[in-house]
Amino acid sequence: MNQTISNEGQRDIPGMFAGLAATTKRDLLLAWKRPGDVLNPLFFFAMVCTLFPLAVGPSAEQLEFSGPGVLWVAALLATLLSLNALFISDFEDGSLDQFLVSPQPLPMLVLGKTLAHWLTSGLPLVFVSPILAITYRMPLSVVGVMMLTLALGTISLSLLGSIGAALTVGLHRGTALLSLLILPLAMPIMILGANAVSLAATNDIYSTGIWALGAYAIASLSLAPYATAAALRISNE
Amino acid sequence: MDALSMGGYGAYVWSCYGLTFVIVVFLNWRGRLRQKRIYREIEVRLKALEDRE
Amino acid sequence: MWKWFHQLASPPHFYRISLILAPWLGISGLILVAYGTWQGLFVVPMDYQQGDAFRIIYVHVPSAYLSMMAYMIMATSGAIGLIWRIKLSHAVAAAAAPIGAGFTFLALCTGSIWGRPMWGTWWEWGDPRMMSELILLFLYFGYMALRSSIDDTTKADKASAVLALVGIVNVVIVHFSVEWWSSLHQGQTVFKKGTMDADMRIPLFIMLIGFTLLFGSMLLRRIRTEVLYRERRTRWVREMILSPGGGA
Repeated sequence: MNQTISNEGQRDIPGMFAGLAATTKRDLLLAWKRPGDVLNPLFFFAMVCTLFPLAVGPSAEQLEFSGPGVLWVAALLATLLSLNALFISDFEDGSLDQFLVSPQPLPMLVLGKTLAHWLTSGLPLVFVSPILAITYRMPLSVVGVMMLTLALGTISLSLLGSIGAALTVGLHRGTALLSLLILPLAMPIMILGANAVSLAATNDIYSTGIWALGAYAIASLSLAPYATAAALRISNE
Repeated sequence: MDALSMGGYGAYVWSCYGLTFVIVVFLNWRGRLRQKRIYREIEVRLKALEDRE
Repeated sequence: MWKWFHQLASPPHFYRISLILAPWLGISGLILVAYGTWQGLFVVPMDYQQGDAFRIIYVHVPSAYLSMMAYMIMATSGAIGLIWRIKLSHAVAAAAAPIGAGFTFLALCTGSIWGRPMWGTWWEWGDPRMMSELILLFLYFGYMALRSSIDDTTKADKASAVLALVGIVNVVIVHFSVEWWSSLHQGQTVFKKGTMDADMRIPLFIMLIGFTLLFGSMLLRRIRTEVLYRERRTRWVREMILSPGGGA
């Protein structure tokens, strides 16, 4: 079918980056129409950060010491919370089937969706985090490092999580299962991110963590969409 | 007696070996149990099919 | 070679071979493990640094090694099943997971018990090997949870194979990141393992081989169960079970 169309040139199939852009735009538009989906994980993030001082005590020393770790754990959990919804609505209304049969390469469409997910969950986290970091008495120079690690880390988290979301789409009790699958895989990202921030806070060399996070992000950017596409095909057989 | 106390480390050493024994036996037992269960399920179904024929 | 391989991959053939092979593996494994245990507990002289507590390594090292080998088997046979669509290899992956989880748990427990007299603590968060092993246990749990929550067997096979492959890439990253992390926080409690004397090493090798044989025998039995379940509607299963001798 496709071959005859493209051979005769009657209808041009848009390039793969057009497909990527279209899915991203569509998901961003959907998020714009339903701002709750974007805001809820942010509120969750802020609340988890509020819980820790209440539990361990408000001493300045302790807050400074535990700040990077708490912020990173909260960011990880908040991302996980929003991942569940990545493919659910498309699965329910049948758009996912359209993705699977479309002439566009599935990894690119998936990458578009994941990109939109990062723009609506990871990036807002990066911009909200300074407010909470300052309440943890984090100096401004460290806040910059933290935003950088969060930006790089949440890209990897979105990509890694998209694999888990694709594997669990359409399953009962998918949310708990998704956390069980993704948390052990996401641990290295959190280790690298939180420790880079801690090192920056003690005026130590933190570049190792940043480079490693960057490498992780690039590797997952090039590999994860394929795994997610394969997982989607499997779950929708 | 000497072998039992292991120079003061007896409790640690013997509990490790005991735990190893327990877990290996447990894994083996679970494997056998599952095999028997599945085998019997299939057997019952096949026998029922045969009787119907 | 290829013909032999294809024959082995055919379920009825494999079933018959494993029926003969499993008891032999099990018995020889038991003999080696019994001999190694006797050597390790009573014959081998105690370590000058760790005293008699070092005798724990004769069960700890084999279980840690098997925990990783089982994961390798699970992931590679999952990949083989995905790529070449060999049904038997998915059965291998499904069978390896619970045994691997059991040995991972064992490695964690024995490591922790060894750590108590050596490090003075049941759990050392800074030790990269313990942390990697713990994350490996979580990966096993996730794998088994995913498998059990998908009802359709073929779908469960493929999905869990993808997960195992993603996990194996991550195990390496986990190991390095935990190593970096623990080098930041402390460094001295990790026990450097020196070279071992031959009379300490040989029982360890015997234990490693014995545990591997035991593992092989348990794995074969579980694969056989998986094969039986997956092929329950086929003719050969029907003929085998309804034949006078059965096939258990």
